[in-house]
Amino acid sequence: MAIAETHDTHGEHHDDHHDHGEFIAHHFESPEQQFDSGKLGIWIFLVTEVLFFSGLFVLYTLYRNYHPEIFQVAHHYLDKNLGCLNTIVLLFSSLTMALAVRSAQTGKNKNCETYLLITMVCATIFLGVKAVEYSHKWDLGIWPRSMFHYHEGVHETGIFGLSNYLIKLSVIPTLLLVGFAGYAAFQYLTDKANNARFYIGMTIMVLGYFAGVVGGVVYQNAIAGDSHAHAALQTAAPLMLHAATIDKSSAGHDDHVHADGEGDSHDDHDHADVPAGSQESVPDSVGIFFSIYYCMTGLHAIHIIGGIVALAWIYRRSQLGHWREDYFGPVDYVGLYWHLVDLIWIYLFPLLYLID
Amino acid sequence: MADHSHDSHDHPSFNHPAPIPMLFGVFIALVGLTVATVVTSNIELAQFAFPVAMAIATLKAFLVGAFFMHMWWDKGFNILVFLSSLLFVTLFIGMTMLDTGSNLEQVESFPTTETSSLSTTEY
Repeated sequence: MAIAETHDTHGEHHDDHHDHGEFIAHHFESPEQQFDSGKLGIWIFLVTEVLFFSGLFVLYTLYRNYHPEIFQVAHHYLDKNLGCLNTIVLLFSSLTMALAVRSAQTGKNKNCETYLLITMVCATIFLGVKAVEYSHKWDLGIWPRSMFHYHEGVHETGIFGLSNYLIKLSVIPTLLLVGFAGYAAFQYLTDKANNARFYIGMTIMVLGYFAGVVGGVVYQNAIAGDSHAHAALQTAAPLMLHAATIDKSSAGHDDHVHADGEGDSHDDHDHADVPAGSQESVPDSVGIFFSIYYCMTGLHAIHIIGGIVALAWIYRRSQLGHWREDYFGPVDYVGLYWHLVDLIWIYLFPLLYLID
Repeated sequence: MADHSHDSHDHPSFNHPAPIPMLFGVFIALVGLTVATVVTSNIELAQFAFPVAMAIATLKAFLVGAFFMHMWWDKGFNILVFLSSLLFVTLFIGMTMLDTGSNLEQVESFPTTETSSLSTTEY
């Protein structure tokens, strides 16, 4: 949508001369026509998104159909509670997004700004929890198939006993946090309070990531400390049982899976030096589930990040007071995208975390 | 479209703000269904587990689509465009699944043929 950005006029309230509306591109007859065109455009974009993800859903369906036993074992490594928490965070962000759209529709730019900030914070909380989940898996050697090597317990930790992977994942958010906070201070000191307000918002947005990380780490420490023996019994025991059955029942498939190229000597080694019944008897083929898991959740996370950028854009425009009863399209369009990302997670959650 | 484009009172005709109680109601329903799907995943449902989980997810998707995404009030054409994508996803998955059993023989005979370096090209 071609929008003539005329910042000098944003403060005043036009009364309703549609054809001369501030953000009505000249090739549109009316605000309604512009809105409808944009809306059709975003729906078509969402169609391409659905089809884009559908490739991964086909991959999932195929592999689950071929190797249901792998999925049965693998989902025990995913924490239902963290997944459920993330689902609710995302649903809540959808609620605040819908409220932001409503505020834009009624011309309440201030409310819209607040709701959008909450939406962005929820998005970064989601990413923070995801970072904890990912890094915890990487510590256990739960990687995609080609790198999968499960081993319990032995992982070196960095500062505060945090996973090294988590620290690496947090480098970019930390840089963003410092950058946004510093730039907000700079803008404030140079008397650009308006700009400063935006960068303060961005700082709060990035803080959401750290809130998610802290929440996730506290939860995992609670699980690990308070019920270590119990957890081991609950999750590991059926897991090992399943793992054993996989080794026997699907040996043929297993070999087939491993046979593509380099894997062979490596696999033999795995099976040879692992004492029966030990924790390490998880076959590497379980990594196939995690290849799919990382593709699906990773692509979803990329969409979340893209959504945050789009949200930041309309957040800035709400601060500038751009929305009116006859001009709220961008908020609506970003909202639709955001809900779609939520929709995809609604399916990913039971498909990946809740396999029975 | 509509050249009589509303003499803009507070709400132009294309502007339908959703009622706030409805939005909160939908959110509560979604959280309830999320909890329900976690609870049902802990119960032994055997072969029904997957359909139940998918049914709940679809109900949630309906709530998000109809109310958060305003599809309930949207133009029929937009809904048609979006729902058509679901049709094609169904075709995509359905057609692929029809084919899955058809090369099982080759898959099963794979370990015996793997010594030949040529056989890997089939995959």
